[in-house]
Amino acid sequence: MGPLYQIFIDPFVQMGTAPDLFVQTLWEGMVGGMLYALIALGFVLIFKASGVFNFAQGIMVVFAALTLVGLYNIGVPAFLALGLTIAVMFGLAFAVERVVLRPLVNQPDIILFMATFGLTYFLIGAGEFVFGGDPKVMITEQLYLPKGAVTYKILGGIISVQKLDVAAAVIASVMVAGLAVFFSKTRIGRALRAVADSHAAALSVGISLEQIWVIVWFAAGLVALVTGIFWGARSDVSFALDVIALKALPVLILGGLTSIPGAIVGGLIIGIGEKMWEFYWGPLIGGGTDAWFAYVIALVFLLFKPQGLFGEKIIERV
Amino acid sequence: MRAPGGPEVAVGDVLLAVENVSLSFGGVKAVSDVSFDIRKGEIRAIIGPNGAGKTSMLNVINGFYHPQQGRITFKGEARARMRPHEAASGGIARTFQNVALFRGMTALDNIMAGRTLKMHRNFFWQMLRYGPAMREEVEHRRRAEEIIDFLKIQEIRRVPVGRLPYGLQKRVELGRALAMEPELLLLDEPMAGMNLEEKEDMSRFVLDANDYYGTTIALIEHDMGVVMDLSDRVVVLDHGIKIADGAPAEVKSNQAVIDAYLGVAH
Repeated sequence: MGPLYQIFIDPFVQMGTAPDLFVQTLWEGMVGGMLYALIALGFVLIFKASGVFNFAQGIMVVFAALTLVGLYNIGVPAFLALGLTIAVMFGLAFAVERVVLRPLVNQPDIILFMATFGLTYFLIGAGEFVFGGDPKVMITEQLYLPKGAVTYKILGGIISVQKLDVAAAVIASVMVAGLAVFFSKTRIGRALRAVADSHAAALSVGISLEQIWVIVWFAAGLVALVTGIFWGARSDVSFALDVIALKALPVLILGGLTSIPGAIVGGLIIGIGEKMWEFYWGPLIGGGTDAWFAYVIALVFLLFKPQGLFGEKIIERV
Repeated sequence: MRAPGGPEVAVGDVLLAVENVSLSFGGVKAVSDVSFDIRKGEIRAIIGPNGAGKTSMLNVINGFYHPQQGRITFKGEARARMRPHEAASGGIARTFQNVALFRGMTALDNIMAGRTLKMHRNFFWQMLRYGPAMREEVEHRRRAEEIIDFLKIQEIRRVPVGRLPYGLQKRVELGRALAMEPELLLLDEPMAGMNLEEKEDMSRFVLDANDYYGTTIALIEHDMGVVMDLSDRVVVLDHGIKIADGAPAEVKSNQAVIDAYLGVAH
C-alpha cells in the first residue's frame, strides 16, 4: 500500500468499517468546536458593536473561571460565587468602557487593539495576584452540573458521551438562542445593530455608545464565564487555558469577524476538522496535529475566501 | 408657514439660537463668529457655496462638534457642551449629507431605531418579550407604520436599506428622523443627487412634515429653486462667515450672496 492510498483512501475505509468510532470522533469534535465557537462569539459581539478586536477575550474566559473557583475556594457558596462572578464581569465591562474605550474613542483600530493587549496582561496579573497562579479544579458538582458518562450501543459498537458535554451543549445552545432573540427583537438589540452599522447615525437617533459598549462587553463577559466553566471542567483552571483562546482566531477567519452564525459554524468546522484529522490522518505523521491543524484550515480559507464564510464582503466604491 | 409669495411672518418664539459660534480644526476655521436663530414652526435654510461651513454648523447644533467659542441656546437653555445622544433626547433629529442608515437593517427596523428614545421598558422585560414591554413594542410599531404611510414607502419596509436606490434611502432616513418626533429636524442636503421628480416628492414630504407634525426644520440645500420654495428664512454662509440672513427674496437679491456664488471680479 503506497502513501497515496494511506492518505486518500485508507482513512475513509476506516470511517466506513468502524462507524461507531467515526460518530464518537464527530461528537468529540463537536464538543471541542462548540467551546471554540463560544470564544469566537465573544469576539464577534464586541467587534460588531465597537469595531474593537478584543484580544483579551480568551483571557476573559480564564479570568471568569478563575474568579468563580477562587471565590468558592475562599469559602463563598457556589451559587453566590456564580452571582458574584457575574457582578465582577459587569464591573469589568463598566471599567473597560470608562478606562479603555472612552479615552480612546475615534483612535485608529490598531490603538484599541493594542489596548486590549494591555487588558490581557492586566487580567492575568490581577487574576494571579488575587487568586494565585496554581491550577484549580472547576466546581462542576457544586453547580449541580452532571458528571459521568452514558454509553450507547449503536452501529455495531459503543459510543460514550460525557453528561457534562451534553449539559454544555444544551446551555450553550440556550444562551446563543437567547442572545439571538435579544439582538434581533428588542430595542437594545436594535440599538446594538445600529451602532454596528453606523456610529454617527446611531448617535443622531439618541443611542448612547457608552451604554451599548458596556452591554456588549458584559454579554461577552457572560459568554466567557459559561465557556470558562465548561472548559475548566475539562481541564484545570489556569492561565495555561489561554492557548485555547488563540484557537478562536482560525474560527474567526472561517466565520468572518461580524457574523454570529459564522462563529458557531466556524467553531464546529474547526473542532470537528481537527479531531477528524488527528484521529484518521494524525497517525501517519506521528500525531500531535491538533496543535496546528486549525491554523492550516484557516490558511486555506485565507487563500480562497478571505472574508470568511459569512463575513461581509468588502466592496470599495471608487 | 409662509403664505406663497407673501411677506415673511414671524412664526413663533425662538427655538434655537446660535450666538457667536466659532469652530476651527487646527488652523482651519470652519465657522467664525456666526449668529442666527431658528424659530418655532419655521423652515430655515442654511445655504452657501462648498466649504462654507454649513455641515459644520449642523454638526455643532446636534453636538457632533463642540465649538471653541460661542454658545447655543435650545428651548431657552444655553449649553456649553452636549453629546449627540443628549441632543437627540432633547428633541433634535437629523439626516446626513451622505445617507447614514443602518444598512443591514430593514427600512422598518431603521425607523423603529428612531424610536429608541421613546421606549422605556427595561432590558429585562424586553428579554422576556412579555406584558408591558410587548405592548410598548406594538405601540411603537404602530407609530412607525404611520410614518411609513406618510412617506409612502409601504412596499419597501421589509427590504434591507442597503439594497434600496438612493432616493428611497434618503426617504427612509427622513422617516427615521421623523420617528423621533423631534422638535427640531436638521436636514443635510435632503435632495442632493436626486432627479427632479424625486426632489419634488422630497419637498412635499418636508413641507408636510412641517405642516402636519409642526416640526421646525433647518435644512442645508444647494438647489436654489428648492430653497426659495421651501424656506421661510435663509441664512447664507461663505467661508465660515455669515454674509446674509433674511427672507428668500431678500437674500436672493443681496449683492454679497451673488458675489459669493458667482465670484467677484477683481
